[in-house]
Amino acid sequence: MTATQPNGAVARMALTPIILVRNVLADALVYLGEVSILVARAARFVCQGAIDPADLIQQMAVIGVRSVPIAALTTFTSAAVIALYFSNFLIQYGAASLTGAVVALSLSRELAPVLVGVVVAARAGSAIAAEIGTMKVTEQIDALRSLAVSPIQYLVVPRVLACLVMLPILCLVADCAGLLGGYLIAVWQGVPSSTFPDSIRSFTEPRDFYMGMVKTIVFGLIVALIGCHEGLSTKGGATGVGRATTNAVVISIVLVYIANFFLAYVMFGGRIA
Amino acid sequence: MSTTASDVQGGDRPAIVVDDVRYRVPGKEILKGVTLSVEKGAILSVMGMSGCGKTTLLHCLGGLTTPTSGQITICGKPIVGLRERELNEVRESMGMVFQYAALFDSLTVFENVAFGLRRRKRLPEKEIRRIVTEKLALAAVSGTENMYPAELSGGMAKRVGLARALAMEPTILLYDEPTSGLDPIVVSVIDEQIMRTRDQVGVTSIVVSHNVQSVFRMSDHVAMLHEGQLRAFGTVDEIRNSTDPTVRQFIEGRTTGPIEVATR
Repeated sequence: MTATQPNGAVARMALTPIILVRNVLADALVYLGEVSILVARAARFVCQGAIDPADLIQQMAVIGVRSVPIAALTTFTSAAVIALYFSNFLIQYGAASLTGAVVALSLSRELAPVLVGVVVAARAGSAIAAEIGTMKVTEQIDALRSLAVSPIQYLVVPRVLACLVMLPILCLVADCAGLLGGYLIAVWQGVPSSTFPDSIRSFTEPRDFYMGMVKTIVFGLIVALIGCHEGLSTKGGATGVGRATTNAVVISIVLVYIANFFLAYVMFGGRIA
Repeated sequence: MSTTASDVQGGDRPAIVVDDVRYRVPGKEILKGVTLSVEKGAILSVMGMSGCGKTTLLHCLGGLTTPTSGQITICGKPIVGLRERELNEVRESMGMVFQYAALFDSLTVFENVAFGLRRRKRLPEKEIRRIVTEKLALAAVSGTENMYPAELSGGMAKRVGLARALAMEPTILLYDEPTSGLDPIVVSVIDEQIMRTRDQVGVTSIVVSHNVQSVFRMSDHVAMLHEGQLRAFGTVDEIRNSTDPTVRQFIEGRTTGPIEVATR
């Protein structure tokens, strides 16, 4: 009897990682199922045309318009940094004419869409989770239901649609801000001012920009759904709201990066040009 | 009034029938087979210790929580098992006043009271304005239209919550501890408003409350829940004169008796 106890303990220790992985997978599947149900319920209202234009416009302003400065600033500086590194490098090797292409391709395909996704996840995703989470713990969601108003229709649908519409627009704004930042720094570093736009025209296609914008539609869906789901699942007062907000940002950003890899693979297949 | 715990039929069709309702969460059964009925136009108060299942029962009546088993019939329509859309049709005949009012933070008092009218009834703005003004006056909170919930006192917020529920012109009103945390005078004001609502509008009211004095003042019938079960049900006088030691301990507020009180 005593001899079996250490073996049992070893067996339990060996099983622990397996149980851990199993639990994580089970939790992930449950989470995926809950988000899928949320998607289906929101889609039903959209298909029925049960969309309040005033709510939608308000959310487009909150999620989209108010994110313009931070989205523009982050892409402006990020593209400027790329131009700073690559201008010197490319000038040294006599390829200054490629600076515009490097900045535009990295910006349109990756930097602008991902930065917009991350910025909106941090700014709007957290706000969505906090607002809906606070409504949940203060019984405002129950109050909506008691008034025969669906929280999905009133809260989720406008936020999801606003993200779907506004993120591509934000991406376009971010592209413009990034190109401006890249251009200014490249010219400052010695790249001829006419070479930069010529390089962009030669090595990029409108498709690079369109595809970047399409990526942000997926990111917008992720940010809005995770924010709404975390908010609607909030339990436990102020601590619960804080947890939901943190979860919304962390999960959204992780999913944006994972989705970005697959989208990049599907859209561009690893080809630069 | 012929309402009793066991007689769920009654002569006239009751407004609410609760039939063997159970609600279980992992590790705990919160409601253990509650059966009662409420006649139209009556005020039934549900009292009991904290955690005995009062609010859960109220949420089940409002369709906000689905019982694990049993059936609830609202104005002749069974609601357990209905889809959300079908439940919304039932909810249109019900109003709910929440413990902490649950007013929408981002909306003014006017917009809060008008909310259901705009979203569900889609009435013309002029008609909405008339109804909101009327209901705020009925709840004695006229003049607060442009204030936000954060600017209201606890008592005012609860009365705005009542006005919001009344705006939908419900036939059944569910109150979740409408007088908790309020001073005795405001408690009396709210009690009178609940009675006035019954007298003027004729709604059936279910009031969840700890406040024994308040319960005895306004109720037609009283139910006492204890550990998820219906411990007593009757008229105010029947409950007041009950010989059940559990009921007596609760209404007398004694710390000694069959109800175990956690003192530490």
